[in-house]
Amino acid sequence: MRILRILIWLAIGVLGALALATIALRRGESINAMWLVVAALCTYALGYRFYSKFIAAKVLVLDAHRATPAEHLENGRDFVPTNKWVVFGHHFAAIAGPGPLVGPVLAAQFGYLPGTLWILAGAVFGGCVQDFVILLFSVRRDGKSLTEIAREEIGRVGGLVAYAAIIGIIVILLGVCALVVVNALKASPWGTFTIAMTMPIAMLMGIYLRRLRPGKVLETSLLGFVLVLLAIWGGQWASQNPEIGKWFTFTAPTLAILIILYGFAASALPVWLLLAPRDYLSTFVKLGTIAMLAIGIVGLRPTLHMPALTRFIDGSGPVFAGKIFPFAFITIACGAISGFHSLISSGTTPKLIRREPEARMIGYGAMMAESMVAIMATIAACVLQPGTYFAINSPAGIVGQAPEAAAATISNWGFPVTATEMHSLAQAVGEQTLYNRTGGAPAFAVGMAHIFSNSLGGQAVMALWYHFAIMFEALFILTVLDAGTRVGRFMIQDALGHLWKPLGRTSSYPSILTTSALIVLAWGYFLWQGVRDPLGGINSLWPLFGIANQLLATVALCVATTIIIKMGKARYAVVTLAPLCWLVSVTFTASWHKMFDPNPRIGFLSHAQSLASGTATNARLIFNDRMDTVVTGILITMVSLILIESTLEWARVISGRKEARVKESPFVATQFAAEEQV
Amino acid sequence: MKLVAGSLRLLICALREIFDESAYERFLLRHKLPRSRATYAQFLREQELTKARRPRCC
Repeated sequence: MRILRILIWLAIGVLGALALATIALRRGESINAMWLVVAALCTYALGYRFYSKFIAAKVLVLDAHRATPAEHLENGRDFVPTNKWVVFGHHFAAIAGPGPLVGPVLAAQFGYLPGTLWILAGAVFGGCVQDFVILLFSVRRDGKSLTEIAREEIGRVGGLVAYAAIIGIIVILLGVCALVVVNALKASPWGTFTIAMTMPIAMLMGIYLRRLRPGKVLETSLLGFVLVLLAIWGGQWASQNPEIGKWFTFTAPTLAILIILYGFAASALPVWLLLAPRDYLSTFVKLGTIAMLAIGIVGLRPTLHMPALTRFIDGSGPVFAGKIFPFAFITIACGAISGFHSLISSGTTPKLIRREPEARMIGYGAMMAESMVAIMATIAACVLQPGTYFAINSPAGIVGQAPEAAAATISNWGFPVTATEMHSLAQAVGEQTLYNRTGGAPAFAVGMAHIFSNSLGGQAVMALWYHFAIMFEALFILTVLDAGTRVGRFMIQDALGHLWKPLGRTSSYPSILTTSALIVLAWGYFLWQGVRDPLGGINSLWPLFGIANQLLATVALCVATTIIIKMGKARYAVVTLAPLCWLVSVTFTASWHKMFDPNPRIGFLSHAQSLASGTATNARLIFNDRMDTVVTGILITMVSLILIESTLEWARVISGRKEARVKESPFVATQFAAEEQV
Repeated sequence: MKLVAGSLRLLICALREIFDESAYERFLLRHKLPRSRATYAQFLREQELTKARRPRCC
């Protein structure tokens, strides 16, 4: 039996190596997307079986006899011992956001190879490890949050920095997410109609759930989903009707204002009326669509038309400027490692885990599933002809406004595309144009529509699939937006409550309106900056988001390394120290480039300088560049502080100047182990 | 067949947990209340304090 197991794992290893060699070494010919799927599945299987098991057994020493907070603090509300597969689904639904879809699509400008390799290596050695260890450390501290753990294990500065970093990342994340939606919906009456309809549909769901069928959320979500499908179908009619089509055709600035107003309303309206039903609807669509995409890719087994590497590895890419190192790594963000996951791993999930050893499957395993979503996004982007991909994702400031000029520029780069082809594609997906749709969402939607329409319905329904994909992305990006605005509002209220108690009252309407306005204005500033940017906004804002997200992961890995050293396991600290060192080098290098690079397409300050020295001086753009420099500088300074404080703590513990003692909750024996033996 | 039925049951359990249906059942059990509009409104108020504070991931 043992020999058979060894042979099976050897076969998985050989197959994975063959798939990786195929995607890495094939040049000049298209490869099938299944090579990426096989490489990913084998890598995850090996990573889970061997690396996560090593971490569980040697580093964390998972204890099957120790009661989890879900057991010894069970209250039927927050702390509930739950089946591991149910917690896995819950955790995956919480961590899966737009990042792993958008990031890999943008990074595809380097070709499919760099993104794929980083998604696999980053997840197995970084993202999965981070999610797993933070989840376990939170379980052993009665479900405490990352900021509380940072304060207890590193010090007050650690806690404060983690808190400020979270606010910073939420603001930047929301601004970038909103920009992705604006770029997907501008001049698109069909998409705008569908998304606008999701708001009354959500309200209807809220009322149905509260008045007619209390508690029947699955039934209500299914009903909402049917209504959304009708809205997609209705969007086609609306876009073809000249009078109604006009009502839903907006420019980017108008859409930005509408989204800012929506964010404010969603934060201030009762949760049951808009936020909660939209959240349910978005989760329903998200889980269903991800499953459909996986089935579509395996069923269709499409060919990747994007080369393994493109000429843009030199840093001159039109989607975003900068070389593979460090920009591919901060662009992919959540598909490989996401600091935001550490908030989920130290939030709801640790309060549901029934047995300590299950933390491995839930923490490490759910991140592998998220990473697989990123691989699927890479495939969706790379099944497009490269010329089409660049025509959709390149801003007008780089390729020109006129279709012929844009097609000529892109063809000159070596990626042939014609204005006629782009026009036909736009017509096939029911849009007026697909040029200059930066942000990743439209390119992903075209790729997804290609996969879906070739699997089901053919070219005749490509427009419906495209708008289904746009609805899917916009719906759950807007859910991130309204939930994030509310979370940010609560965090500001908590902080202000320390200064003056009335400001901290979460039910006081003046406080709700003031703090909602503050958080909406903060991310609205970044959104506005993005829509006014001639380079499309994504070029400056997505890297800023990637830096913020990866810096939060740096904070989480600092906390994890500190705890591992305090556990007396310094010899194994490399499991979190290695990804930490990598992230520090990536984020600090990227930040340096974004602030001081002499190329105006990369460096904020040099861009400001180029505007000032040009004839068309634009004070607003210069101010934005300087503001982005300050924000990046503040984030880097905060993380430097936590790094210094952590390093000093490690030195004190390793040199014996400080007692190595972790602040875990006292051991309580589990009753479940005895029950299982009976 | 048993495996398929078990997997389906598990899937429904996961969906009921993700969509807060199980949380509502537990709420009713905890407070020994019947299923009604009033108790669902009460449950939503309790949820608002916890759920609305949870970030959605990027």
